[in-house]
Amino acid sequence: MSNKVKKLLTARFGVVSPDSIEDYIKNGGYASLKKALGMDPEAIITEVKASGLRGRGGAGFPTGIKMESVRRATGSPKYVVCNADEGEPGNFKDRYLMEKDPHQLLEGMIISAFAAGADYGAIFVRGEYINSIKILDNAIKQARKAGFLGKNILGTGFDFEMDVYSGAGSYVCGEEFALLAALEGKPARSTFKPPFPTTEGLNGKPTQINNVETFANIPHIIDMGGAAYAALGTEASTGTKLISLSGNVNHPGLYEVTYDITLREIIEELGGGVPGGRAVKMVQLGGPSGPIIPPSLLDLKIDANEMRKYNLSIASGAIIVIDDRADALDILVRIMEFFHHESCGKCTPCREGLGQVLGLLDKFVDGTATEADLKLLRNLLDVMSQASLCGLGQAAPTAIKTILQYFGDELCGRIGAAKEVK
Amino acid sequence: MEVKEVLDKYGNSPGRLLGAMLEYQRSKPQNYLTKEDIQAFAKETGLPVSRVYSLVTFYSLFSEVPRGRYIIQVCRDVPCHVNGSVNVVAELEGLLGIKMGQTTEDGMFTLEYTSCIGCCEMAPAMQIGETVYGNLTPEKIASIIGELRRAGK
Ligand code: FES
Repeated sequence: MSNKVKKLLTARFGVVSPDSIEDYIKNGGYASLKKALGMDPEAIITEVKASGLRGRGGAGFPTGIKMESVRRATGSPKYVVCNADEGEPGNFKDRYLMEKDPHQLLEGMIISAFAAGADYGAIFVRGEYINSIKILDNAIKQARKAGFLGKNILGTGFDFEMDVYSGAGSYVCGEEFALLAALEGKPARSTFKPPFPTTEGLNGKPTQINNVETFANIPHIIDMGGAAYAALGTEASTGTKLISLSGNVNHPGLYEVTYDITLREIIEELGGGVPGGRAVKMVQLGGPSGPIIPPSLLDLKIDANEMRKYNLSIASGAIIVIDDRADALDILVRIMEFFHHESCGKCTPCREGLGQVLGLLDKFVDGTATEADLKLLRNLLDVMSQASLCGLGQAAPTAIKTILQYFGDELCGRIGAAKEVK
Repeated sequence: MEVKEVLDKYGNSPGRLLGAMLEYQRSKPQNYLTKEDIQAFAKETGLPVSRVYSLVTFYSLFSEVPRGRYIIQVCRDVPCHVNGSVNVVAELEGLLGIKMGQTTEDGMFTLEYTSCIGCCEMAPAMQIGETVYGNLTPEKIASIIGELRRAGK
């Protein structure tokens, strides 16, 4: 078990003060940057590709390929953007990464910028994370003073600057096109795609957008080499994964693990199981936009190949444990209220669909739902996931769909319930 | 804090406007932006008033109505929900004598919901100003409110 807990990204947590660049350097920090600046940018991309690193924000796109696309894209300036809009409920890994070891993120971004040929970096942090913003602001100032940012970095002729940008309360900013709109000082509404950010991103220029955890991995890949990094994981999922464990568990918190660990090991061994000797009823993966699965699936390893068999993925690494006191319908209403509140309102399936879904769920709650309502609900969910403009509306139906799949009775059993009471 | 001052600090660019307006709003005792504030931001940045106003209405951390000195934001997303965020709300409503969304008569506290504040490992959690409070119990809530009441007098 303990061999499935691996501290790579979290190794310096609690060891370095987040306010001290000296601490970071003393503990091996910025050594990877020095090494990278002595390499050919193409060689860095080769290492990142060899590492097998995939985006840690949820979508899992290969990072090396993204980097390469930006390098190959025509247009200047080029940008690297860090998506630190960690608004998906149940996720807190990025907050830890920013607040416990901010320079690790900066180092990853500077190396990525050098590889992708970018001139400027932006870290977009959600407005609620006031503390993260302060810590990053300070870290950037220190890095600038130490010569890791600015003109002619470490005498190599490489120029790169970066700044922190604050959001102001909007979940949809986590979607990369909406995030780019926010970075340009507009309401965060997504747009039609393609083009993708690697060719037309921030201000219409080539942009490499990655999650905080993804960037934080880069210095380690440079340090140990792509092959050694890949060897840490499984064939399909390399490196380590940060897990945000929450809900009804004895020891909620942040855990860094390798991909051969099972969901059950995370919940029972790391998390100490459910309080009060109660049982797990269901587990939601990734956050409200993720699937809700039954305890029978907990022996799955979090590795992509194994999870894919059940159409699942560990996504951003949030694991929300819900114990046997919960009512599936009550949880669904809470999740759908969340999406309804956060929908940006641009496209009809999402904006109108979520309101209609809530109306239908209400009927199940008060026992007036009919078979026809169930059919309508299923139809509506399909329309939303197929026709919504961005990931918010596309993923919002996942929770209900998986409840219908694994806990169908909890909903179907409510059909016509009001009549029986009479 | 003046509009110009905060914009200078943030570097006057559209992308940094959200952060600047938030900090400005936090510096005001009633935690909201007036029509005059919005016009001032538009004038200083050279952006149309409609554009600045669209940010205020789109992003949920802005307010157009006066609020209390302390904004209590209670999280009710699933990790907090299954750890009893309803009880936190009930406790706060009882202590303050107001309902969700309201402000106490003395202008000290406003009670709001927030989306997850990334402290799910300390559920149930709430945020007041820049401070996050987790693992909330009735006793803890009472002592936090008591302390703020004394500090705010
Ligand atoms: S769900 Fe409440 S802080 Fe994350």
